[in-house]
Amino acid sequence: MIRSEILKEIAPILRDQLVVCNIGIPSQELHAIDDQPTNFYMLGTMGLASSIGLGLALVQPKPVIAIDGDGSVLTNLGTLPTIANNTANNFILLIIDNGSYGSTGDQPTYAGQKTSLAAVATACGCDHVVECQAEDTGKVLQEALDSSEMTVIVCKCESGNAKNPVITMDPVVIRDRFMKAVQA
Amino acid sequence: MDINKKITDDLVANDISFVTTVPCKQLAGVIDEIDNCDEIYHIPSNKEDEGMGLCAGAFMGGKRPAIIMQNTAIGVTINTLATLIQYYRMPLPMLISYRGELREPVACQVEMAVHTKALLAQMNIPTYHFHHQKDVEELDMILKYTFMCNKPVAILTDANFWGGYGDQ
Ligand SMILES: [Mg+2]
Repeated sequence: MIRSEILKEIAPILRDQLVVCNIGIPSQELHAIDDQPTNFYMLGTMGLASSIGLGLALVQPKPVIAIDGDGSVLTNLGTLPTIANNTANNFILLIIDNGSYGSTGDQPTYAGQKTSLAAVATACGCDHVVECQAEDTGKVLQEALDSSEMTVIVCKCESGNAKNPVITMDPVVIRDRFMKAVQA
Repeated sequence: MDINKKITDDLVANDISFVTTVPCKQLAGVIDEIDNCDEIYHIPSNKEDEGMGLCAGAFMGGKRPAIIMQNTAIGVTINTLATLIQYYRMPLPMLISYRGELREPVACQVEMAVHTKALLAQMNIPTYHFHHQKDVEELDMILKYTFMCNKPVAILTDANFWGGYGDQ
């Protein structure tokens, strides 16, 4: 399974939650599969989906799912200790780990080689870390939501991208409708 | 006047309840004060761009954020300022320790100091420079201005403002 197939499968779970989605093709895929006001699409700033998601989860009670990539987490590895030490039980970091920088031409990341992001997250102090295969993502994600415990999910999948148009929505519109959805 | 307390009181009076920090020796006192303040959730970050991501999330969650960092962080955060904070039009007060100015003992700090104001000007970021203790009186107005215009705003605070860099 590739990322877009996973997103298609978990779209019914994501639909009712606040989602902060990683820059590039992941946001384009989610936007094409099931655009929702509860989705915050990152149009730039690689690496910060997990930080934005944590900040959002810490200040309000609704569940927040940050959809991140292996390459983006590697870019902002400092996020994992911050997550571990600032517990937000309404926060799920879903790392879709395809072992490659998908948006830039599928160059291999170290997460697809010797580095285990699940082990890194555990070493950083994250208490609930689940590594799963792509096919089990929906089940694991639903369990994490039901557990009401801050969870880091590392979902191992194949690399590859669906062809979707870029997001042309204005960033202030994305932000404004997302903030209204947060408050709704 | 206790400037650490004055700064913290101004943050609280302006409803700022989420503050991320990356430390600097000059900022140690204000970081302590914020850490001990019940009205503020203090979340140290490992890098300043990460901190800005946290602030963006907190803002979208309905809270007013602020970041406290050193001016060297301007070199770290240009992309985040342009593509996240400015692009999505979010307010962000940045209380910045302005190292490498008068009374600075560490020569290397001057190397980023000479770029600091030029970079902020290039980014069209409203910038204030506190050099004397009494300059802190403007902080309240600067915070109100920041949340009025929804922009990142820089408050540079140099060694003279903090009463010297301290013992070397
Ligand atoms: Mg990847």
